[in-house]
Amino acid sequence: MSTETVEKEPASKVDLAPGVGGGGEIPTFDITLKVRRYNPEVSDDAHWDEWKLTMYGTDRVLDALHKVKWEHDGTVSFRRSCAHGVCGSDAMRINGRNRLACKTLLKDLDTSKPILVEPIKGLPVEKDLIVDMEPFFQSYREIMPFLINRGHEPTRERLQSSEERERFDDTTKCILCAACTSSCPVFWTDGQYFGPAAIVNAHRFIFDSRDDAGDMRLEILNDKEGVWRCRTTFNCTEACPRGIQVTQAIAEVKQAILSRKV
Amino acid sequence: MAAPIVESPRSGRISPQYRRSGSSKGNFEMFAWLFMRLSGVVLVVLIFVHLWTSLIAGDGIEGVDFGFVAGKWADPLWQVWDLVMLWLAMLHGTNGVRVIINDYAEKDSTRFWLKNVLYVSTVVIVVLGTLVIFTFDPCPVVNGVPHVADYCPAP
Repeated sequence: MSTETVEKEPASKVDLAPGVGGGGEIPTFDITLKVRRYNPEVSDDAHWDEWKLTMYGTDRVLDALHKVKWEHDGTVSFRRSCAHGVCGSDAMRINGRNRLACKTLLKDLDTSKPILVEPIKGLPVEKDLIVDMEPFFQSYREIMPFLINRGHEPTRERLQSSEERERFDDTTKCILCAACTSSCPVFWTDGQYFGPAAIVNAHRFIFDSRDDAGDMRLEILNDKEGVWRCRTTFNCTEACPRGIQVTQAIAEVKQAILSRKV
Repeated sequence: MAAPIVESPRSGRISPQYRRSGSSKGNFEMFAWLFMRLSGVVLVVLIFVHLWTSLIAGDGIEGVDFGFVAGKWADPLWQVWDLVMLWLAMLHGTNGVRVIINDYAEKDSTRFWLKNVLYVSTVVIVVLGTLVIFTFDPCPVVNGVPHVADYCPAP
């Protein structure tokens, strides 16, 4: 056996002086976090709560909220699932702009002033940062966000060229976080507008070559609360954490309705 | 004692204020949207030519008086020009304000009354303006006395 002659590999190939960290110290800084609190079981009025926290340069707003919830006040309520910008649970209004708390680094915000965290606007607040998403999902359901194909069921997958896939690639990225719809001033008025998210998800199927129900979706969005209420303020495009060109998608749906009707 | 009923989170209930009151059939909003784009482009031409002929060409603003307007409206071209400008500008502006009312009025009753005021004033202005363009007489005869300006034909 030759194994006895092989010298044992050292635990680390780099010798470090004791007490020295691998990647260098992560800078820390102090922040003030102000959170809009609302609890209908205690009071009908919302108020601001404030905490002073010492956070790391790698921390996000979500980490600050976790620190508050886990170490200061366990009653602070907010939604989060994956915490990595995929599930779309933690959209909130941070310093007046809709963003995902899990994708917003504290160091990118102005830490000299308090960081304001509010629930997204236009939907009924249930508690603290949690809003009732049901009106949002109702509009989403209305545009039929599923493949409708009237042809014969193929024995293998439904083929599509890469150009055909590219046509709606941008709108496939939506994670339904509601950052766009709840940043739309038209939606804020009375909540009747379908909202950018529903239109984006309709766009994803309208321009899909495998789908046959584009006309039905265009008819649904030709409603008086449909695409024609869009005022192209670009709030939605600015708010989208996935960088979807939302306003452009809405404009493309408008064009599609026009070219079909006129 | 009956236990309090807590609705399940995904029971599909939705606050009444968000429920859309019936779908609107027809393409009115689409045509309104299209009209805004088309009339906007036409109005840019109409208005800037109007401003140029009135304020810059000839004697400029020095030449604008009753006689200048009378002279312009003696020409059918300017009658039609001003008529189209009046109608397009009024409908474009009315639709713009209608959209603003839709966006900003939070109560249906506020919306209803604001729109009524808007539509009535639009009709009044359009009707009055159209009448003025077609019935304008630079040399009127009031109570049998002709008000003759120097450019009027002798009676």
